[in-house]
Amino acid sequence: MISPRSRRILRRFVGHWPGMASAVVLALLCLTALFAPQILTILGLDPFATDLFLLKAPPGPGHPLGTDEAGRDVLARLILASRASLTVGLTTALAASAIGTLIGLWAGYFGGRVDSILMRLTDGAIALPLLPLLIVLSAIDYAKVGLDGLNEGSGLARMVLILSLFAWTTVARLVRAETMSLKTRDFVVAATALGATPGRVLRRHILPNVLGAVIVATTLAIGNVILLESVLSFLGLGLSPPTPSWGGMLTNAQNTLWDRPELALWPGLAIFLTVIAFNFLGDGLRNALAARENPAAGR
Amino acid sequence: MSNQAVLSARDLKRDYEVGGSAFSKPKLLRALAGASFDLFPGKTLAVVGESGCGKSTLGRLVTMIEKPTSGTLTLDGKDVVAGLSNKAEAKQLRQDVQIVFQDPYGSLNPRHKIGSMLEEPLKINRPDLSAKDREELGRQMMAKVGLRPEHYSRYPHMFSGGQRQRIAIARALMLQPKVIVLDEPVSALDVSIQAQVLNLLNDVQEEFKLAYLFISHDLSVVKHVADEVMVMYLGRPVEKGSCEEIFANPQHPYTRALLSATPVADPRHKRDRIRLTGEIPSPIAPPPGCTFHPRCPLANERCRAEIPELLDRGGTLIACHAVEEGRNQEAAPAA
Repeated sequence: MISPRSRRILRRFVGHWPGMASAVVLALLCLTALFAPQILTILGLDPFATDLFLLKAPPGPGHPLGTDEAGRDVLARLILASRASLTVGLTTALAASAIGTLIGLWAGYFGGRVDSILMRLTDGAIALPLLPLLIVLSAIDYAKVGLDGLNEGSGLARMVLILSLFAWTTVARLVRAETMSLKTRDFVVAATALGATPGRVLRRHILPNVLGAVIVATTLAIGNVILLESVLSFLGLGLSPPTPSWGGMLTNAQNTLWDRPELALWPGLAIFLTVIAFNFLGDGLRNALAARENPAAGR
Repeated sequence: MSNQAVLSARDLKRDYEVGGSAFSKPKLLRALAGASFDLFPGKTLAVVGESGCGKSTLGRLVTMIEKPTSGTLTLDGKDVVAGLSNKAEAKQLRQDVQIVFQDPYGSLNPRHKIGSMLEEPLKINRPDLSAKDREELGRQMMAKVGLRPEHYSRYPHMFSGGQRQRIAIARALMLQPKVIVLDEPVSALDVSIQAQVLNLLNDVQEEFKLAYLFISHDLSVVKHVADEVMVMYLGRPVEKGSCEEIFANPQHPYTRALLSATPVADPRHKRDRIRLTGEIPSPIAPPPGCTFHPRCPLANERCRAEIPELLDRGGTLIACHAVEEGRNQEAAPAA
């Protein structure tokens, strides 16, 4: 059963066309990523097969968007790469929001020394020169530090871990500020007077009321993370080569920029569309959720 | 007042540190500078004063949301301050004192249905009850405060201010407390609704023998509900006595000024309005001597130097040098 509140939020969201359009685009994108192997089978495309007789081919039969410098089908790689980008984007943003929410709730509710330490930590994390550090962290051979697992596969787990270490600060500050204002609200004080433990107050009274802001921030963070991931991939520090990613495709397109500029165009466009769609979705959600239970508004 | 006090406060003080940073020492804000009173079952003590006089701080101390800086607070003979450091005991103590806030829009969680709001106190404190029992008790309480059964699964935004205040009262009653702090419970409501809510409060007080600490700045409401009145100024009680006595024969110049500012619905009533000049001083830097002296028409040298004590004058406690010396009689005839 949908509560009247959810219905109202849904109505506001649907009325915000950029957000709604983005939601549709992203839904399609997610479906594409989810069923990438099936789609590729239906289309009869193989993202890993190299056709040495057809290097850098223009669009034509069998290769709707042509082939890249290794003779691989561009469309097939573009489709498969959506998996990497979305997985990294979603998991990182979710992990970062979870960390940020916990830290923000703790700092905002308990205040005092814990708050000071956590917030100075956040300030520190914000002040770190992001790109050089990400490059260093990506370049480390984790097997030597005893973290073998992080080197497995295409390095997805490593990527998510590194990016989440930086992405949590926005959410932490946001949640802290909201928590500090919520904890002085009468209904929170009343719960305390009823004997509710801090854990219960946070879980039942504060968290549900900061969740809206967290959802918006998470959505906006996904776009940022996808952008960062493509930057790292572009620098050759992202997912390891056979796995296609949009950033990696951009890197490869550098060499052929003069004879086949569209090889850079497609992954660039994919990144651009995805990031902007997530940003619009965030805006739409913000707009829909901003209609708080505001007594003055009276509705 | 022959029966036993359920809650007693003695010389309750509460300081806040404000404006401290890594480089400057925080200043001390004395929100409450020593209040003593008793609450009796079935009786109402009203605390009146301007905003900033410490009446809300007093409410927070009594509800155990904050601990007093010094002074003692006893509930049913048990020391509250000591009890709060013990988790199990704190839980027990908290059940006996509940609070109803001024703003019925801020005191209910917008994400919770009325039913779950009423059941929450039971969930926290009565783990022995089944979900069915909880719902049963919640529904009974709703009926008691005049809400309809179908309101059970509605959200707070679907209610009017008066109904929300009924919900807040029902929530406060769920644990069968002995004391309820009413922090300006009707100030945010329309006058017509005020009367309904006050009547409800009156009914449940009689039924459950509740002791009320009624915080208000609205003297016409106080006159209607209070048994005893405590007038506060800048963190200190300045006059305390029975409701009839305070309203009929106010002694302290501040009480007189407050009373003369209350509108009277009688066009022929001659008003000797005592106008107070100036603002209430900052509690960070309270004036020396009697804190009221910068605004007091009767202030003299002694008032500027010496803090007056609460002295018993015919059953009413008054903290005023002018009253003590009889200087107030010629200055303003009693109303």
